[in-house]
Amino acid sequence: MRTHRGSRPVRLPGGLSLRLEPRALIVVVLLLAAALAAGVALIGTGDARIPAADVLKTLAGNGDAYQGFVVRELRLPRVLVGLLVGASLGLGGALFQSVSRNPLGSPDVLGLSQGATAGALVVIVLMSGGAAEVTLGALIGGLATGLAVYLLAWKQGVHGYRLVLVGIGVCAVVTAVNGYLLTKADLVDAARAVVWMTGSLDGRDWDQVWPLLGLFAVLLPLVLAHGRGLRMLEMGDDTAGALGVPVQRVRLVLMVGAVLLTAAATAAAGPVGFVALTAPQLARRLTRSPGPNLVASLCMGAALLVTADWAAQRLFGAGRLPVGVLTGVLGGGYLLWLLVTERRAGRI
Amino acid sequence: MLVDSPPEPRAASVPAPPTRRVARPLGLSLSVALLVLVALASLAVGAKALSPDQVWHGLFHGSGTYGDVVVDERLARTLLGLLAGAALGLSGAVLQALTRNPLADPGLLGINAGASAAVVTAISFFGVTSLRGYVWFAFLGAAAVGALVWFLGGSRGATPVRLALAGTAISAALYGYLQAVMIMDDAALGRMRFWTVGSLASASGPTIVQVLPFLAAGGLLAFALARPLNAVAMGDDTARALGAHLGRTRALAMLAATVLCGAATAACGPVVFVGLMVPHAVRSFTGPDLRWILPYAAVLAPVLLLGADVVGRVVARPAELQVGIVTAVIGGPVFIFLVRRRRTAQL
Repeated sequence: MRTHRGSRPVRLPGGLSLRLEPRALIVVVLLLAAALAAGVALIGTGDARIPAADVLKTLAGNGDAYQGFVVRELRLPRVLVGLLVGASLGLGGALFQSVSRNPLGSPDVLGLSQGATAGALVVIVLMSGGAAEVTLGALIGGLATGLAVYLLAWKQGVHGYRLVLVGIGVCAVVTAVNGYLLTKADLVDAARAVVWMTGSLDGRDWDQVWPLLGLFAVLLPLVLAHGRGLRMLEMGDDTAGALGVPVQRVRLVLMVGAVLLTAAATAAAGPVGFVALTAPQLARRLTRSPGPNLVASLCMGAALLVTADWAAQRLFGAGRLPVGVLTGVLGGGYLLWLLVTERRAGRI
Repeated sequence: MLVDSPPEPRAASVPAPPTRRVARPLGLSLSVALLVLVALASLAVGAKALSPDQVWHGLFHGSGTYGDVVVDERLARTLLGLLAGAALGLSGAVLQALTRNPLADPGLLGINAGASAAVVTAISFFGVTSLRGYVWFAFLGAAAVGALVWFLGGSRGATPVRLALAGTAISAALYGYLQAVMIMDDAALGRMRFWTVGSLASASGPTIVQVLPFLAAGGLLAFALARPLNAVAMGDDTARALGAHLGRTRALAMLAATVLCGAATAACGPVVFVGLMVPHAVRSFTGPDLRWILPYAAVLAPVLLLGADVVGRVVARPAELQVGIVTAVIGGPVFIFLVRRRRTAQL
């Protein structure tokens, strides 16, 4: 862990004190601004381009009727889903990487993506269900797989390494089932399934926004309240326990929170790749602050996903390529960059 | 997948405990017997079941009867199953030793992604439609990505973590490309979804002849590396002190694993779980000595692959389940059972 410069304690009246990290604060504000700016740009992008000024005017309620319809009914829900999904994935990834103390850890170890894909494929291929049913199927599939992995790994407590191994076994089975379903589907259903499996924001409406927003509103305070303990946990269970952190409870709450956030995000937009993996890493490099960087990761996830969706639409045309393609390519590129720079710095 | 366990201190020169000295050769002979049985079953079982007599007749006195023709057809498939299974098992064992990661599989180093990306390119941009046409593309793709991962991972200075990171990164980018092509080109999707699950059904004599030299060379190289890799697994410093050539061993191991897995993937599509599970399960029985892990993996991996293929021919009659699907559905629970039963198997 690097030495930590730039943070300063702020003493409040009444004996309370607060640690202020100017750099982290600035990064969070900038990322939030970037996410919102990308959101406005995304609203303006599509078959009918709308200038940013008009978008803002319409959002404030002063636009003409046509633009009002396009913005509020068609594009705003998509952007909100993108922001919420990105934020959930960024936060979930940060929690998992911190709890597992592995920069490549992600809730996918528990088979969430594969399980959600299986649920969605069952609905698409066997039941020819609509968007809402696909979302529900994905949610059930993801949570059921996560639960199955957890229970199968349970043997007088859950050992981290066993959890990973069991997760790999279950993922292999579920992936095989997914492959089978895909070969059984007719080509139209298969095409739809592949788009879903890539992760897409196309056609998302208010029905997806409200549940996500509700879940987010409940989980965010809970997770942030336990975030302080997480920082202690990174020093090891014993040290954290000695410092007065209820280790088991904090870890359980945070893991459940991460799983719920990721499952909900996956159900809403499909298994968008690499946001959960890269957002916490990027955030940490920007804030240069040790610890889980929960808020920064959250903002980074939102900014990443919405920017990727905007870029996908600008580069390939509206509705041509889903956002997951771009996050995959960008995520891979980012990892390679990381590899080259860290090697030059002699860190790995 | 990327849990990097610390290398266990161990000494190859310390004689194995007496029970193991008897158990290991005995277990290996039993495994070979099992492999013969499974291979015979693979000749006999299918849409048209044959009696052992008919199989025997077809194998050694082929005279053109109906049964002989069926045996002939299944012979290619069985041979490919044997070869590809052994190759996957060996490459998995070598990779796990190379990366010092008991969970490494060829997918981790981007080999499957490379083969898949090359095949989708062949279908979508070059209009290749025959399975035999895919073979070279898949092999070249796998080899190119193997080399790229090696150089990005730091070539001679490569460490396990760097190799894994490079493999993950390249896989990510290639899968993005793969999905983009499949979304924009329905015809490519129609073919790819069958190729990606992995199947032995398309096996033919010419395919086997195409990949055989690579499999043989890779297999020999893998066995020759057993001792040097044993030393490397002890950690860089100890290995160097013991006189091992770290860089050379790593380069050759990477080459062996890429060639083996690339050729197997080219011939039957990405069958993912065999290379991970078999060496992992074998290690808990043989201990960490690669001189035992490699032969065991080479024998038991084809047992799993061929056994799964036989099961896949029976369960969905008159259709067939692709071997990649059955392997995972059978192998997954077995793997979980092993994980639960034993204390964590270390490398």
